[in-house]
Amino acid sequence: MTDILNALVLLSNFVLIPALSYGSQLALGALGVTLIYAVLRFSNFAHGDMMALGTMATIMITWGLHAMGVSFGPLPTALLALPFGILIAMAVALVTDRAVYRFYRKQRSAPVVFVMASVGVMFMYNAITRIFIGTGDQRFADGERFVLKVNEFKELTGLDQGLAIRTSQLITVVVMVAVVAFVFWFLQKTRTGKAMRAYSDNEDLALLSGINPDRVVRITWILAAALATIAGVLYGLDKSFRPFVYFQLLLPIFASAIVGGIGQPLGAIAGGFIVAFSEVMVTYAWKGFITLIVPADMAPEGLVQLLGTDYKFAVSFIILVVVLLVRPTGIFKGRVI
Amino acid sequence: MSFLAGTNMTGGYGAADILHDCTIAVDKGEIAVIVGPNGAGKSTAMKAVFGMLKLRQGSVTLDGRDITNLTPQDRVQSGMGFVPQTNNVFVNMSVEENLEMGAYIRDDDFSGTMDRVFDLFPILKEKRSQPAGQLSGGQRQQVAVGRALMTQPKVLMLDEPTAGVSPIVMDELFDNILEIAALGIAILMVEQNARQALNIADKGYVLVQGANRYTDTGEALMANPEVRKTFLGG
Ligand SMILES: Nc1ncnc2c1ncn2[C@@H]1O[C@H](COP(=O)(O)OP(=O)(O)OP(=O)(O)O)[C@@H](O)[C@H]1O
Ligand SMILES: [Mg+2]
Repeated sequence: MTDILNALVLLSNFVLIPALSYGSQLALGALGVTLIYAVLRFSNFAHGDMMALGTMATIMITWGLHAMGVSFGPLPTALLALPFGILIAMAVALVTDRAVYRFYRKQRSAPVVFVMASVGVMFMYNAITRIFIGTGDQRFADGERFVLKVNEFKELTGLDQGLAIRTSQLITVVVMVAVVAFVFWFLQKTRTGKAMRAYSDNEDLALLSGINPDRVVRITWILAAALATIAGVLYGLDKSFRPFVYFQLLLPIFASAIVGGIGQPLGAIAGGFIVAFSEVMVTYAWKGFITLIVPADMAPEGLVQLLGTDYKFAVSFIILVVVLLVRPTGIFKGRVI
Repeated sequence: MSFLAGTNMTGGYGAADILHDCTIAVDKGEIAVIVGPNGAGKSTAMKAVFGMLKLRQGSVTLDGRDITNLTPQDRVQSGMGFVPQTNNVFVNMSVEENLEMGAYIRDDDFSGTMDRVFDLFPILKEKRSQPAGQLSGGQRQQVAVGRALMTQPKVLMLDEPTAGVSPIVMDELFDNILEIAALGIAILMVEQNARQALNIADKGYVLVQGANRYTDTGEALMANPEVRKTFLGG
């Protein structure tokens, strides 16, 4: 019996909790991608680097706050800097739209032209981020590191296996729930949110109803930039900030958006967790867990790890390929890309 | 001068003209019907009147005001409503949300107008929370017409409101249209079911290859042997 409990604790500590917080980060990233796709009708390849840029801005402001001697008690100071990081990201997104995408909208360019333009924007954001903060690893999480420490948990329960919950993980999940609730409330209940959905549903009819397309586009960029920055800062608090890693996050984020059904906000959330859990479970070494639940003589010799963590992106890639082959509309019947 | 008039309209989508010196007009409380073979330019004439097509020649006036250069959105503001032939509802949004989007430009309380739309189309009240994409063809057309009515337009333009619905539903829709006209709204519509439409029409336009072929009262067109033979199947 205690073995089973120990096994569950082990699983929670190494699979459930990490996947839950990673999934929240992907979900927020995918939500931004899916909103851009729903309204502007293209896959925004610059989203990963928008995350990096927003996070970079937040980190610089965090440093500034540190220099001024400001801190946020047990919580990371970056949370105080986050609203300013978001504002900077919003401004960058709006300026980019004005300077780049608006031109192609006027031309009524094909989606692939927008995608290519977004690749260009991606390199630009990329460069800006590196000019300001460099290419190296930045750890900017301060405050209390743990909500629950392994030792505390062991003392509390008397189990052999420990369970730790990091502050960043708890913050990630709480912020994700709040942000997702806000986005859904906004889309479902507010006049502006409904106009966004109407524009996404039927552009011509939205125009005939007097909905201002420029305003819808602006609000979409504002939302996407906020989501990108929040996702980026949460990921950075949880792990660390390195521009290249954020560029790589594009793959699992797109996999999440597409599994769920691109253009469907609910799908982006579901997709984020599907991809995160798949990735964590496939790269987890199951030896310890299996040893605890099977009789001693059946314990595995190897690590029972399906894929090394270095190959974790293969998981997103496989999910992406399988979904596009088997059910291109994704779980929630998004648009076919 | 009619309340809404497109006069001597010439224009098309690209280099070639589709409309040739085409004139269409309707007065308040009146129903004007445009009929003609497929590809005659009926939808194009509607788009031209609504400002979705650049005219090379001719003008559009509303209540004596020249609106030739207004955008479609501005025409909505000036009291025109348009139900396109295809893709005329927000399929992923509920019936109620479709109506709300129809009232998007209104800042006042539009619940009264919504109640009136529900009175006109009781089935929509029942299905108010259902996505419009899940409704039958006839119900969808009702949503489309209801959406356009939400701005309380003075002119309602309908492009084939009865396309793809059963004869019974068609009769119902025509009844609804008569009710709307009775409110004093000018109705300009394109119809494939020429006989039934001309029956309720005050004025009829037969378009052929983008030009007016016959223009008369609905009754006179129905009585005209040539029109009967060529366009109404005998
Ligand atoms: N968006 C467009 N771009 C270019 N040409 C078009 C476009 N829409 C229609 N046309 C052309 O304009 C002509 C008139 O089309 P229109 O749709 O006005 O006919 P219609 O009388 O409404 O026909 P139907 O009864 O089938 O609805 C056709 O030759 C058509 O090919
Ligand atoms: Mg037509």
